[in-house]
This record gives sequence, structure tokens and C-alpha cells, in this order.
Amino acid sequence: MSAFELSALILLGAFLAGLLGALTGLGGGMVIVPLLAVGFGVDIRYAIGASLISVIATSSGAAAAYVREGYSNIRLGMVLEIATTTGALVGAFVAGLVSTRLIAVVFAAVLLHSAYLSSRPRVEHVSHDLSDRWALWLRLHSTYPTAQGPEPYGVLRVPLGFGLMFIAGVLSGLLGIGSGAVKVLAMDHAMRLPFKVSTTTSNFMIGVTAAASAGVYLRRGYIDPGLSFSVMLGVLGGALVGARLLPVVHARWLRILFALVVVGLAIEMVYKAVSGRI
Amino acid sequence: MKQWTDEQVEQAVGKLLRIGVLVAACVAAVGGVAYLLRHGSAPVAYHAFNGEPQSLRTVRGVVDSAFALNSLGVIQLGLLLLIATPIARVALSLIGFFRQKDGKYVVITAIVLAILAFSLAGGRL
Repeated sequence: MSAFELSALILLGAFLAGLLGALTGLGGGMVIVPLLAVGFGVDIRYAIGASLISVIATSSGAAAAYVREGYSNIRLGMVLEIATTTGALVGAFVAGLVSTRLIAVVFAAVLLHSAYLSSRPRVEHVSHDLSDRWALWLRLHSTYPTAQGPEPYGVLRVPLGFGLMFIAGVLSGLLGIGSGAVKVLAMDHAMRLPFKVSTTTSNFMIGVTAAASAGVYLRRGYIDPGLSFSVMLGVLGGALVGARLLPVVHARWLRILFALVVVGLAIEMVYKAVSGRI
Repeated sequence: MKQWTDEQVEQAVGKLLRIGVLVAACVAAVGGVAYLLRHGSAPVAYHAFNGEPQSLRTVRGVVDSAFALNSLGVIQLGLLLLIATPIARVALSLIGFFRQKDGKYVVITAIVLAILAFSLAGGRL
């Protein structure tokens, strides 16, 4: 295939991934690696490098809109970024040591887990006045805007959340994804944050986390410009259009469609890894 | 020195992120169009992993090849600007916490910034 044909096809695929990611809120980064590795036969290391770039682009673009609305907790994000960036460095380092087949199998497992999580309803348990002593010492408790005015919330189990964020960082550095699912686990379940706060703060952190591993990938020569520019522009365009369409589209069927796509890609990835073609 | 409120820092952060992504996307798009015009008909294959040449792996190498108007170098510069955007965001937060005289968060933010610098420079600061 010529560079022109491949770039056009990848641009289209990345656009669809960004669109679905924005409409379902699940992030397009997760399908970029299987799309490139399974769909276009790209070496998984190049695919992960290009995916990291697209993750930074969509996260930064979306975070720009979120911070203005006052949902993200910047202090909490900064504290947890110590965990995610350290984890991302570890993950990126490990990615250079293990076989590409192992990476593919771990990737497939994370895909299946994310599809499972997205099929279950999220349960919100907000603690309005309670915080643990770490949260008090770091002044993590805050307020978020509601229809009835600013609502206060506390932050619980900071050490557990911090540990889970380290794992999210490792997965992000190893697989080139945003690890949204693990971050939600840490923020909704462990630290008991309101949805709006956990979603936007996690999105806010994804760019910094991905930047930490992208530096390592760049120095290793895993970030290919000819491949990455079409992925980045496609995902970014898809995410922008998706954000515009969001109010008029029913997300429920799309979430199911997205989950099916993810499961299909995961199975294909395991098959290719086992048969030695990744 | 003027105090910054949390809200002002957040506004500035939002603006920085938007501009950073926009500039990075434009640079990468210009490089991408140039690359396709020059090498669009050449066959490509990414199934074999060779790794990028040294000139596309380091900050200095990327900047040099972009200024030599190498199309792949220009794309890589755009990608580098994109990677730099969240790093600049952390740096801006550091200034914000410093102006608020919030010692605890100055230390926390400086740690994050140091990790990011280490990642990009690989310990060769």
C-alpha cells in the first residue's frame, strides 16, 4: 500500500474511533492500538506510540473545556499525577523488555475488562462531609456545581486511590491507553468522588500521564511521524465532531456497539498473538 | 506579587491546553501534507519494526530536522509540541501554586514536573 492510501484509511479509522470514543465517553485511545495492529498489520510498538499521541490530543482538548466548568479537582489531579506518571515510566520501561505477544494478550484482557465495566451501571456514592486525614492534610475536599448551587464533597481512602492510580499509570505506559476504567475504579469506588468530578479530573490527568510515557517511547524510536500524524488528526477530528453531536445522539446503543467492537478486537488480538502474528 | 485565585489558574490552564493542541495539530498537519506530497506514492510498511532514526528520537534532533524542512521532522515537531502541552500545563500550575504561596503544592507539582522532564530527557538533563 502506498503512504497516501494508508494515511487516508488510517485517518478515516481514527476519525471513527475518536467519534465513538467521544459519544460513548469511553475514549477512542482504547481501539486505536487494535485497529492499527489487527486491522492494518502495524507493529504493536508503533501502534502504541501513535495511540499515546492521540490520547494526549483528545485528553488535552477535552480538559480545556472541562476546567472552565469547574468540575475538575486540580489539587487532587496533581497529587494523583505523582502516582500515574511514576507508573507510566515503569510501564513504558517494561514495554521495552517484554515480548509484543505478551503486550497483545494483556491488552486484550484490559479491553474485555473495560467492555464489561461499561456494560454495568456506575453507582455514585458521594461523601459530602467526610474526608480521610490525607485528604484533609492535602486539602482535597472541594465543591462542585449543581443545579442547587455548589455542593461540597469529601475525599476518602486516598492511599488506596493513589495505589490504584499507580496501576492505571503502568497500564497506560505499557499499552498506550488512557486507562479510564482503572481511574474510574480508583476515584468512584475508592475515593468516593461525584461522577462529574471523577470523570473530568481523570480526563485532566490522562494527558500528563500519557506525556510521561510518550517521552520514553519517543527516545526509543517507537513514535513514527508518518503513522502518528494521521492517527492524531483523525482522532482529534472525530472527538471534536463527537462532542458537537453528543446532545442529539442516543448514547446507549452506541455504547453497546462500542462494547461489541471492543470484544471483537480483543478476541482477534488474542488469536493473532497466540498464532504468532503480532 | 499579585495573588492568583484557583479560578484564574484554571482559566489560564484551559487556554493553554486549547492553544497547545491547536498549534501542535497545525504543525503536524502541515508536515503531514508535505510528507504525502513528497512521498505519498512510495510504498510503506509498518509491520516490520525498525525504530526511528536518531534524528527523530531526541528533542534536539527533531528541532534540527524540522528546521531543515524535513517533512517527517516537521510532523515530529508537532507531536513534540503536543507532548509538551500537558508538561507546560503542569509548569503553569507550579507558577500558580507558587504565587498562592502554597508550599505543599509547590513541592507536589515540582515532583510531577521532574518526573516528566526525566521522561523526555532520559536522565540527561
